[in-house]
Amino acid sequence: MVKFLLNRLAMMLLTMLCASFLVFAVCEYTPGSVARKSLGPFATQQQVDLLTAKLKANDPLVVRYGRWLGVLVGAIPDPLQDPSTGLNFKDPRGAQYFGNFGYSTLNKLPVNDVIWNRLGNTAILAGLAFLLIVPLSIIFGILSGLKEGGALDRTLSVICITFTSIPEFASGVFLVTLFVILWPILPGTSPLTSDGGWAIPYQFVLPVAVLVIYDFGYVARMIRVSMIAVMERPYIRTAVLKGMSTRRVILGHALRNAMIAPFTVLLLQINFLISGVVVTELVFAYPGFGRLILEASLFGDISTLEAATLITVAIAVVTQLLGDLGYMLLDPRIRVR
Amino acid sequence: MNLIVSNPQGSAMSGSSPSHTVLDVNDLRIEFHGKSETVVAVPTLSFRVKAGESYGLVGESGCGKSTTAMAIMGYLGSTGVIAGGSIRFEGKELVGASARELREIRGRQIAMVYQDPMSALNPVKTIGSQLAEVPLLHLGVSRTEAMEMAAAMLEDVRLPDAGDMLKRYPHQLSGGQQQRVVIAMALLARPSLLLLDEPTTGLDVTVEAAVIDLIGELRSRYSTSLLFISHNLGLIAETCDRVGIMYSGEMVEEGPTGDLFRRPRHPYTQGLIDCIPDITHDKRSRSLAAIPGHIPLPQERPIGCFFAPRCTGFTAGLCDRPDLELEHIGGDHMVRCIRWRDMKRSQPAQLAQIGKAQVQTQAVAVSGLTKLYKLGGDRTLKANESVSFNAAKAEIVALVGESGCGKSTLARIVTGLDRATSGEVRIAGENVAEIQAKDRPRDLLQSVQMIFQNPDSTLNPSHCAAFSIRRSIKKFGIRKGKAAIEERVRELLEMVRLSPAIANRKPNQLSGGQKQRIAIARAFAADPALIVADEPVSALDVSVQAAIVTLLLDIQREKQSTMLFISHDLALVRHVADKVVVMYLGKVMEQGTVEEVFDGGTHPYTEALISAIRSPNPDEKRRDRVHLTGDTPSPINVPTGCRFATRCHRKVGAVCDSVAPPLRKMSDTHEIACHIDATELRTTPSRYGALGQGRA
Amino acid sequence: MATLDIPDAVQVARTKSQTRSNWMRIFYSRTALVGLFLVTFWVAAALLAPILPLPSPTDSDVMAMANPYPSAAHWLGTDILGRDILARLIFGARTVLSVAPLSVAVAMIVGITMGMLAGYYGGWIDTVISRFSDIILAFPVLVIYVILIANIGPSVMNIVIATTIASAPGIGRITRGLVLGLKEQEYIAAARLRAENTLYIMLVELLPNCRSMLIVDACLRIGYTIITIGILGFLGLGLPPPNPDWGGMVKESVTVLNVWPLMSLIPSAALVSLVLGFNLLADGMREAWKP
Ligand code: SF4
Ligand code: SF4
Repeated sequence: MVKFLLNRLAMMLLTMLCASFLVFAVCEYTPGSVARKSLGPFATQQQVDLLTAKLKANDPLVVRYGRWLGVLVGAIPDPLQDPSTGLNFKDPRGAQYFGNFGYSTLNKLPVNDVIWNRLGNTAILAGLAFLLIVPLSIIFGILSGLKEGGALDRTLSVICITFTSIPEFASGVFLVTLFVILWPILPGTSPLTSDGGWAIPYQFVLPVAVLVIYDFGYVARMIRVSMIAVMERPYIRTAVLKGMSTRRVILGHALRNAMIAPFTVLLLQINFLISGVVVTELVFAYPGFGRLILEASLFGDISTLEAATLITVAIAVVTQLLGDLGYMLLDPRIRVR
Repeated sequence: MNLIVSNPQGSAMSGSSPSHTVLDVNDLRIEFHGKSETVVAVPTLSFRVKAGESYGLVGESGCGKSTTAMAIMGYLGSTGVIAGGSIRFEGKELVGASARELREIRGRQIAMVYQDPMSALNPVKTIGSQLAEVPLLHLGVSRTEAMEMAAAMLEDVRLPDAGDMLKRYPHQLSGGQQQRVVIAMALLARPSLLLLDEPTTGLDVTVEAAVIDLIGELRSRYSTSLLFISHNLGLIAETCDRVGIMYSGEMVEEGPTGDLFRRPRHPYTQGLIDCIPDITHDKRSRSLAAIPGHIPLPQERPIGCFFAPRCTGFTAGLCDRPDLELEHIGGDHMVRCIRWRDMKRSQPAQLAQIGKAQVQTQAVAVSGLTKLYKLGGDRTLKANESVSFNAAKAEIVALVGESGCGKSTLARIVTGLDRATSGEVRIAGENVAEIQAKDRPRDLLQSVQMIFQNPDSTLNPSHCAAFSIRRSIKKFGIRKGKAAIEERVRELLEMVRLSPAIANRKPNQLSGGQKQRIAIARAFAADPALIVADEPVSALDVSVQAAIVTLLLDIQREKQSTMLFISHDLALVRHVADKVVVMYLGKVMEQGTVEEVFDGGTHPYTEALISAIRSPNPDEKRRDRVHLTGDTPSPINVPTGCRFATRCHRKVGAVCDSVAPPLRKMSDTHEIACHIDATELRTTPSRYGALGQGRA
Repeated sequence: MATLDIPDAVQVARTKSQTRSNWMRIFYSRTALVGLFLVTFWVAAALLAPILPLPSPTDSDVMAMANPYPSAAHWLGTDILGRDILARLIFGARTVLSVAPLSVAVAMIVGITMGMLAGYYGGWIDTVISRFSDIILAFPVLVIYVILIANIGPSVMNIVIATTIASAPGIGRITRGLVLGLKEQEYIAAARLRAENTLYIMLVELLPNCRSMLIVDACLRIGYTIITIGILGFLGLGLPPPNPDWGGMVKESVTVLNVWPLMSLIPSAALVSLVLGFNLLADGMREAWKP
C-alpha cells in the first residue's frame, strides 16, 4: 500500500514536470516577450531590451525552464522581483520561498495572491455542480439500466443524450433568455458581490445548472451501460431465483456492482468540470479559476498559466488516486486476494 | 440393476411405491419474441418429476433444456413467453402465477444450481451474507440464526472451516468450492425440487466426481426431487432414475434410465450413445459413429419428425406427418418415432485393423522443457517443468490433464506462439523451443500447424470462411495463381466434407462444427508434418464432436502427419491416441502407449482420472471410484516433492511431500513418476474392468 | 428484467438478425434515424450553400440593423452588424462540418496507431504510450485547447493539431483495450503461424474487428469537436473572421441578449441540433451493432 502511494506520488510529480514543461514550451509561441508584458505597451523598445537582458530571457528554453523551476521550489529568488528591474514587483512572502509561482504579468500581482482566491470560488461552483451530478446521474443511470430498451430507458436516454449535446455557452444562452429576460427570477451575472441587488445564493443557480446539464447526461449513460451489464450477470439471476423481490435484488445485489466501473468516471468529472468552468465563468462573469486560465492564456501570462497547470494536474492526479482507492473499496476482488 | 451407484440411499427411493408428482409439465410452449421475429424455442413439451425422483433431461445445446428450466422458475427474460401449456408444481399452476407467488416458491420450494458457479455468486458480497439471505427471506429467522444455518450447511457440503468460509468472497474459492457454496445455497430452505443446470460442466473431472457424489448424498438426506439437466449422458445415466432425451425443443424419448440406455429406440438417442467415446474401446476396436447433419434451427424445423433430415430411417409419408406423438412402447418407455419398431440398434462399426505406424522415425522430441512466467514480485508461475516425451512420425501423442496442467502452454511452445524458458523441442532435428513464430523460417512454420479449441474465435469474424485457408496456401506457396489456389481451397473444403458454397460465408453464419472443419482445413492447407490440436472438439456438442474426431483421424491417417492431441477427456484420448502423456501441474506424471496407460498398472493420478469417467452403458461393470479430496493447487505455489501429493489417495508418506518422485521404468515405452515402486504399481487394478471386445 | 444468457434462446435469436448487413441495421433504430436526419440536413445545407438563394453571409444590410428581426429578406433576421443569420448559419455549417471531421480523422489515425502499437506489442512500448496518454488525459480537455490555441493562434491547421493532441490518447486507449482482447483470439495465432507480418495482422486481422466501436467513437468525437470549436469561437479563439463561426456568432451577440435574444439563440440551437444529430447517430449505431 505504501509502495502504491509512493508510486502514485512519483507519477504525479513526473506528470507535473512534463505538463509544466509542455506549457512552458507552448507559451514560446505567444506574441510578445515577458519583458514587454511586464512593462506594458507604453514602454520603449530600449527598456524592453534592457529588461530582457536582465531577466536573461534570451537563454535557451530549457535553461529558462530550469530557472522557473528553481524559483518554484525556492532555490533561487524570482528575478522579476529584483529591485534592479525597476518594476517594483513585490511579494509580501519574499522573493524566495517554496511554492513561489512568480509574478503575474497580467495582474501585476504575485500569482499566489490571485490564484487561491479564484480557485476557492471555482471550488464552490464546481463542488455544487458535482453534488448535483452524482445523485442525478446515478438515479437516471440506474433507472434506465433496469430495463434496457423499455419506455423509461428510451425516454431517459433521449433526455441524457440531448443534454450532453448542449455545451455550457448554449445552455447559458437558453437559460438566461428564459429565467433572466423572459421571466426575470434570477440574475444573469454572478460576480459574487451583492452590488447587483441579487443575494449571492441566487447567483449560483444558473452557473451550476449550466454545468450540471452538460455533464450529468454523460455520467448517467456510463452508469446505465454498467447497470445493464450487471443486470445480465448470472448472479442477479441467482438472487431473483432465491425468491428476492426486484427492489431487494437491485438494492442488495445490483447497485454496488453497477457502481464499480462508473466510480472512476464519476470522479473524473471533477476534472471535466474544470473545463466546464472556463466557459461558464465567462458567460456569467464569475470570478473564478477558469476565467483566470482563459485570461492568462490570452495574455500569455506564463507564471499564472504554469501555476494553473500545476494545480490542474495535481487535482487530476489526486482524483485518479481517489478513484483507484474507491475502486478497491468497492471491489473485493482487488482488495482481498 | 442398480444404476445410482454413487448414492445407494437414493436408489432405494426409486424402487418405492409410486409417489405423488412434484412437477408436472404439460404441453409447454416457449417462444422468444424478438424485435422482428418470433422464435419457438420449445414447441411442446411434457414430462413429470415424482417425489424423491431424480429426472434427467438430456440434449445438446439449443435443444431447449435450459430454457425449460428457466420457464419452470418463471424467469425467461424480457423476450421469453410461455405461449401455452402448464407447469404444475405440487398441484399449483406456475404459468401466469403472480410475482409474489413466484417469490414464495423460488428458493423456498424450487431451488437451482447453476452451470458456472463463479458467475452465479455475487463477487462483492461475502459467502456468508449470500447464504444467509435464503433463510432470512424464507424462514423468518434472525440474522445470527441465518448465519448459523449457513455455517451448518457449509459443513454439510463438506467445505472445510465453515466459519472462515462465511467471511470470504467468491473469488477466493476454487471452482469446486464455489459450486459447493451454490449447492448449499440451494438446499438451505430445504426445497422439494432442485433444478441442476449442467452443474459440473466447467469443472475438472476429478472435482466433478466429488460434486456429483455430494449431490447424490444430500439428495437422499433432504429427500429432494432432482431435475438434472445435462448434455453428459454418462453423468445422467449414473445419477438419474428416469431420463428424457430432448431434441430441438421436443422430447424424443423418455424412460427409466436402465431401460432407455439399454434399449434406446429413437435413432437420435442411439446416435448419441454411439458417438460418445468410451474408455473401454480404442480407435482400433471401435469407430465413433457420428450423426450426420446438424440440429435444425427453430425456423428450419421440418414438418413431422424434427430429426428426419438426419435420420437414416426416414420414410416419406410416415415421418413427415404432422401428428407424431410420443408412443408408449412398454412400461414407462416412450418414443417419438413412428418407425421405432424397426429401429434396431445397429452394432457399432467394427473397424478394420488400423496398423500401427510402421516406421518409427522421430518427428518431435521434447526434452527438459520448462516454462516459467514471472508474475511480478517474486512469484513465478510454473507452467511446465522439465517435460520430456517423443512422438514418432504419423503417431498421435495425446497430452492429457486437467486445467492448469500446462498442456496448452506446451502446445503454444511447440508451435512457436510462446517460447520456452529452457529445454528443447526438436522438430526434424532442430531445436525450436526458444524460437517464436515470427523468427521461424517459413518452411518450419509450414511444417507445424495448429487446430484451436474455440470455434467462435478460430475464424476472424470480419472475413469469409475460406479467407484464412486461401492466405495460408498463398503464403506458403502451396499453389500459385488465383485459379489454382481456388481449386485447392475447394479440395480442402471437400476433404473436410463442406460444400464449396460455404467458402464465402461469414463465420457467424456457420455452426460450431462447420467452423471447426474450416479450422482443420486451414491447418492442413499448409501440408504440415506436425499438427498440434489443442482441445479441438471440447467446445462442440457430442454428436458433432464424433464427426470432427473421425474426420481428423481420417485426414491424419491419410496424410501421415504426426499429431499432438491435447485434451482433458480421457475417453476421447483413449479413442484417438497411440501414445499418452499424463500431466499434472506442469509435470509429466506418466507416459506410455494407450494400452499401457489405460490397462492398469498406472500412476495414482491417472487412476483417479480414469475412475472419474462415467459411461452411459448400464451394463458396464460398476467401477470403484477414487475419491480425490480438494482441488488442484494453483500453479503459482506448487507442492514441493510430488506435485500430486496434496490430493493423492495412495500417498506413501512424508517422502511424497518433500522429495520429487523418481521415474519408474515400467517398460521401454512406459514411465511413471511416483514413489510407489514399480512392482506395486503394476498391481494397480484396471479401473474399468477387462478391455471389453465389442459391446455388451 | 433484462434477458439473461439462456444459451438456447440466444443462439436461436442471433442467427437471423446477424445475416442483415451491418449498415442496414442502423435503419431499424429510431434514434439513429433521427440523428441521421439531423446530420444529413446540415451536411446537405453546407454542400448546397453556394447554390442556395442566400444573401451574402458577410455583407451588412444597414437597413436591417435597426430592426434585426426575421423578415422576408432575412428569414432568421440579421446580427448586430446587419448580416443575414441564415446565410451565416449555413456557411458556418460548411466550416464546422469540414474542420470537425477533418480533425477527428487525423486524431483517429494517430490514436489508432498509438493504441495498436501499445495493445499489440505491450511491454515498454505500451508503458511509454500509456504514460504519455495518461498525462494528456489528466489535463482538462478544454484547458488544452485554450492554452494551445491562445498561444499558437486559431487556424484550421491548429485546431486539427489541438484536436489530435486532445483526442488521440482517448482513441488510443479505446483501441488498445480492443486490441488487448482481440490479440488473444485464435485467429490471430493462426495468422502468426502462417507467417503473416505484424503490419498485416494489425491492418487486416485486427482493425476490421475494431471497426464498429471506432466508428461509434468517431461519431461521438465529431460531435464533441463541434462543441469545442463552438466554445473556442465563443471564447474569442475561433477561426479568423471571414469564416462565419457559430460560437463566434453567439459571442458577438450575447452582449445584446436582453434586447435581441434571437441573435444568440439561433446559432446556439443550430449547434445543439448538429451535435445532437451526431450523438443520436452514434447511440443508434451502438445499439444496432451490439454484439
Ligand atoms: S420418425 Fe422417421 S425420421 Fe423421425 S426418427 Fe423415426 S424413423 Fe427417423
Ligand atoms: S509420489 Fe506419492 S503422492 Fe505422488 S503420486 Fe506417487 S504416491 Fe502419490
